[in-house]
Amino acid sequence: MKNKFSLFVVVIFLSFCFVIFYKGLNIPNNYTPKVNEKKNIPTFKAKDFDSNNYVNSDKIFEENTFYVVNIWASWCVPCRTEHPLLMQLSENQLIKLIGLNYRDNFNNAKKFIDDFGNPYSRILIDKDGTLGVEFGAYGVPETFLIDKNKKIIKKFVGAINQEIVNEIKLIIK
Amino acid sequence: MKVLKIFTILFLVASFSELKSAEANDVLKSKILKNIRCLICQGQSVYDSESEFASSIKLIVDRKINEGLKEKQIYQFLREKYGDWVIFDPLLNKNTYVLWLLPLLLFLFGGAMIFKKLNNKK
Repeated sequence: MKNKFSLFVVVIFLSFCFVIFYKGLNIPNNYTPKVNEKKNIPTFKAKDFDSNNYVNSDKIFEENTFYVVNIWASWCVPCRTEHPLLMQLSENQLIKLIGLNYRDNFNNAKKFIDDFGNPYSRILIDKDGTLGVEFGAYGVPETFLIDKNKKIIKKFVGAINQEIVNEIKLIIK
Repeated sequence: MKVLKIFTILFLVASFSELKSAEANDVLKSKILKNIRCLICQGQSVYDSESEFASSIKLIVDRKINEGLKEKQIYQFLREKYGDWVIFDPLLNKNTYVLWLLPLLLFLFGGAMIFKKLNNKK
């Protein structure tokens, strides 16, 4: 009786381990921070790309409208892919695009904008990447949708696609 | 001459204490960076990583320490940005009860078994 009980406990334990490891095999081990949590926009001071003056975040997001913050760099290949979509999005009157130029050379960034067009109503310089950290970004490109209550309501990691553009358009309608 | 001596001593004491505090900040910074997970090279800590994300985090931690933030406040700041996973030491909350309490339960269970066996032998 005692032996049977021990065997039962061992079988249960091994089954438990098997299920845990089997489930673990199917779970990707690359962690991605949550993207749908509502967060307040950070308070910061950043250098304006055009004027080279420092500007406060409350001045940047002062209008009662939706904002899209896009982190980009001239050296980033996926940024080139998503750029036409950002141009398309910038035509929408219900939204303002803010660009965060991430760890970039000014002249290269300027050439990028001159060559491909400027979808942004304002570009901020993030020379050391710390502004991106304030937004909770960990790479480039990343895009954040901010609602009228100044909350980050969506975060898109990687280049945006037509599906994401349609989703943004649907939210701001 | 006496005044000069006093000023020299005061200057040396001030410089020494500043050096000490800079050293303490460096120790704290290393401790914090070793406990932050790099989200680009996920097996590594930010301290070991050379990624762009890691270098930005190093700057942020340095800035926060200089602003006078405590270790826990810096972890809290990073948790708000990237979630609990960014810190190597897991917090005690509903998601980690099993992680924290299971070893304790196993220890108690094992202890009880040994105690019972010893009692039975007597």
